[in-house]
Amino acid sequence: MKVLVAVKRVIDYNVKIRVKADNTGVETANVKMSMNPFDEIAVEEAIRMKEKGQATEIIAFSAGPAQCQETIRTALAMGADRGVLVQTDAELQPLAVAKLLKAVVDKEQPGLVIVGKQAIDDDSNQTGQMLAALLGWSQGTFANKLNVADGTAEVKREVDGGLENIKINLPAVITTDLRLNEPRYASLPNIMKAKKKPIETLAPDALGVDIAPRLKVLKVEEPPKRKAGIKVKTVAELVDKLRNEAGVI
Amino acid sequence: MAILVVAAHDGKAVRANVANAVAAAGQMGSDVTVLVAGSNCAEAAKSAAAIQGVAKVLQAEDAAYANWLAEDIAPLVAKLAPNYSHVVMAADSVGKNIAPRVAALLDVAQISEAVQVVSPDTFVRPIYAGNALATVQSADKIKVVTVRPTNFKAAPAGGSAPIEQVGGEGAKALSSYVGAELSKSERPELTSAKIVVSGGRGLGSGENFKILETLADKLGAGLGASRAAVDAGYVPNDYQVGQTGKVVAPDLYIAVGISGAIQHLAGMKDSKTIVAINKDEEAPIFQVADYGIVGDLFQIVPELTAAVEKK
Repeated sequence: MKVLVAVKRVIDYNVKIRVKADNTGVETANVKMSMNPFDEIAVEEAIRMKEKGQATEIIAFSAGPAQCQETIRTALAMGADRGVLVQTDAELQPLAVAKLLKAVVDKEQPGLVIVGKQAIDDDSNQTGQMLAALLGWSQGTFANKLNVADGTAEVKREVDGGLENIKINLPAVITTDLRLNEPRYASLPNIMKAKKKPIETLAPDALGVDIAPRLKVLKVEEPPKRKAGIKVKTVAELVDKLRNEAGVI
Repeated sequence: MAILVVAAHDGKAVRANVANAVAAAGQMGSDVTVLVAGSNCAEAAKSAAAIQGVAKVLQAEDAAYANWLAEDIAPLVAKLAPNYSHVVMAADSVGKNIAPRVAALLDVAQISEAVQVVSPDTFVRPIYAGNALATVQSADKIKVVTVRPTNFKAAPAGGSAPIEQVGGEGAKALSSYVGAELSKSERPELTSAKIVVSGGRGLGSGENFKILETLADKLGAGLGASRAAVDAGYVPNDYQVGQTGKVVAPDLYIAVGISGAIQHLAGMKDSKTIVAINKDEEAPIFQVADYGIVGDLFQIVPELTAAVEKK
């Protein structure tokens, strides 16, 4: 079974982002970019499936500018076999990415698609569910544990009250939650080897996908800042403040 | 404009956050319908009808809807959606699972975790773990929106909307429900608790969370945790407060041994009053805390528990 993973290039999670002065977005020039952490978990899960003999080939997909090649290379260095980049400098929203993914899925016919549950830039949490809808596939979102056998997948999902177990038919789309696994670091020899692995580049037009944004971003602002309060010396003082000043206990 | 709110429920009552979603929907249009889909969900439908501002409840009875599988619920919502300008769900684990699937079936964008309704087509939503707020305008005919419950004051009880039956769509047989491992707790649910006590890596072990449990029980508080504490295995995943966990906005939030990573702050900084207890006076949590106390949590927490008791 082929497994397709989607990897997004985002501002590194350690970077403190800055809102642009003209309020059109967030500053991305000269900022360190990395693979979306949830997507690293997706890549790791696919590699573990391959190590268990459940996956035969891992395809790493990305969409965006030419630099997304680097993100795909990271996935290849972790252990993916080849890459597909849908290259465009246009703004991509989740529905457009889901449609691009669908076009590549139609071509590649994977038995499973694994994506991060959300990207840490736009925090949408949509693409996996949308892809499943477009394909008419089942979905196992917010996966905490994944077990694939005999044309089905058992998925333990992280939900509001705890965990939920579902069984879904393959092919399916899985979205990863934080506790699914701990992604590996790529070793130096594997980073070298990844340079020789193939990456196919496609254009959205060639896939016949309309990627026009549906949402117009009117402005991006900094959230109102919460003011730091005071430090109290003793518990008695704290309780007094909570009772008599804040009135919350 | 007619709005469809899709309500999650436990069979007996709709989730508390449905009242918040109804309030948000009321800012998008005046004619709010609530969809209650399930198996034996008459009681839940009645609870939805009792929310003020609800004009009508649609009750869809079908065995396929018993466990809220997205593959089965989404086609029902998508079938009803063309009668409405908006489809609204609370941004909880049910809404996040289903709303994008509905949007894709309708070929429209989805707006995630709206925190403000600017106008019927324009919404404010947090991005970058709440470090920026984006104002987005939808050009789609139907707007599929999840709303962050804590940002909309719950619509009060006292409504008496009529309940109408709608047919189910049957099962797609793509997925099945096996079971759940839900955390058992007598404590108030995190997202609706008036007081939340949360612990971080500073607690050092799951065993040590007991001192927070004692404090939480004295205060009638919900119990939460930072991602670090959950990842370390001290407490289950559903305790996690933060951008990728639960977003809470209680009257009082007590952060114990939590340093205050950006993604944790995103989940609690709308709390009315924040207390931070941490041994590191440089911890970022103090930058958002109304009252900070620097010191050993293993001394301070029991002291605080005793002091609260003395009332």
